[in-house]
Amino acid sequence: MKKIYLDNQATTSLDLQVFEAMTPYFTDIYGNASSQHQFGREALKGIDKAREQTAKAINASSNEIYFTASGSESNNWAIKGLVAANRNRGNHIVTTSIEHPSLMRSCKYLEEKGYKVTYLPVDKYGIINLDDLKNAITDKTVLVSVMTANNEIGSIQDIVSIGKFLKSKNILFHTDAVQAVGSIDVDVKEMQVDALSLSAHKFHGPKGVGALYLRNGVKIEKFISGGEQERSLRAGTYNTPGIVGLGKAIELATGPQAKQTRENIRKLRDYFVSEVQSKISDVIFNGPCDLNKRLASNASFSFKFVEGESLLMLLDLKGIAVSSGSACSSGTLDPSYVLLATGLPVEFSHGTIRFSFGKDNTKEETDYVIENLIEIVDRLRQMSPLYSK
Amino acid sequence: MEYSKKVMETFASPKHVGTIENASGVGKVGNPTCGDIMEISLLIDDNEVIKDAKFKTFGCAAAIASSSMATDMIIGMTVDQALKLKNKDVVEKLEGLPPQKIHCSVLAEEAIKLAVEDYRAKKTKK
Repeated sequence: MKKIYLDNQATTSLDLQVFEAMTPYFTDIYGNASSQHQFGREALKGIDKAREQTAKAINASSNEIYFTASGSESNNWAIKGLVAANRNRGNHIVTTSIEHPSLMRSCKYLEEKGYKVTYLPVDKYGIINLDDLKNAITDKTVLVSVMTANNEIGSIQDIVSIGKFLKSKNILFHTDAVQAVGSIDVDVKEMQVDALSLSAHKFHGPKGVGALYLRNGVKIEKFISGGEQERSLRAGTYNTPGIVGLGKAIELATGPQAKQTRENIRKLRDYFVSEVQSKISDVIFNGPCDLNKRLASNASFSFKFVEGESLLMLLDLKGIAVSSGSACSSGTLDPSYVLLATGLPVEFSHGTIRFSFGKDNTKEETDYVIENLIEIVDRLRQMSPLYSK
Repeated sequence: MEYSKKVMETFASPKHVGTIENASGVGKVGNPTCGDIMEISLLIDDNEVIKDAKFKTFGCAAAIASSSMATDMIIGMTVDQALKLKNKDVVEKLEGLPPQKIHCSVLAEEAIKLAVEDYRAKKTKK
């Protein structure tokens, strides 16, 4: 049976060049990077290189990069650590209503601890209004966190304008760039962010490793107590192969080939979107219609009168891997809060599928998906009591 | 969460999809907001035997499999027997459902009950 992977926003395949870069660190270079002897020093060299590669990719300095175990960890640390270390600056946080659960739930946690959180609305395309953000700021606002690009609907926020405004107000600014790094250009200086989260497995790196960019001079509370790793802020023996993999992956994802790769993905996605819109009736295209304001990989559709999980499972039986809403919410029965925030009616949110394209996908695969999608949507509609055509 | 082989088979090739014209009774449960709607229609003869049952379902794989299995089970039963069908009987025939999907089998039980009620109400009117 065919195996077609259209879930590249959930995770991506490990690039073979990344795998090759990592391999020696599983076998020969097994030293603890914190050890002073040659085994340790050799491992540390790999980590130092990865730190430089990561910094270069986002236009930061290598001493501004802190390795973590995931994007979720980076988000937890940024939110909880920045407000804790800057309590004197206020107890109010501003974020959006479409953040990743790791950020949303960190904010909920802080609300339980007495912090005030404002969740900014988004328009029907999943974009916040800068004026809303400006109006939400108070003299107690310590931190603003706005995701660079959304995981479900691919909407890209105007981080540069937000950064410029917040700089003038001297308010800390974090962005969750987990979906953005590797897919669009991310430059921390241009964005004027104080902190930024990223995760290796979203750009063909290994799972279980992420990073937090923290601008020099910004205070953050320690996240894991223990040894001296990551300037004593995030203890734990270095995941050397993982970190080396992140470095190599981010270098490739932002290197000379990146532009062409992104363009190829965009073309495939645009083709898919136009085919679905012209060949299947009663579909809602979620997220920005202006395809420049959304990630090149993302196409989110709500198929009216059918339920997303059924659609996902029937596509799976044809070898096609997609996601209903977001991978994080599959397994729960609640409709996606991101889709609801865009104003999508609840009954249609249930019929939502996210198709996310990657560098390995082909036009032939896309045609196979379209062909099967048409047939499966029709089959489910014939079964649906809501459909009467 | 993983579905049993039986659930997947039933879901991939469901039986009794559709609506019976001039049905003896129809039962509809759920609403689109919850993400599940199930409609079961019955054809019942003078001896109160269910001659045919069909379903239309908007819902997940478990809801579709439950609808298919439940309709399949009650064809040939008397109305009284069908009323005794419990959701756990459907779950058993499906070789299990994940805990968070048990409610799908409950919908099937309820839809059958409502269809029988509808049949009895229509009969009384006659």
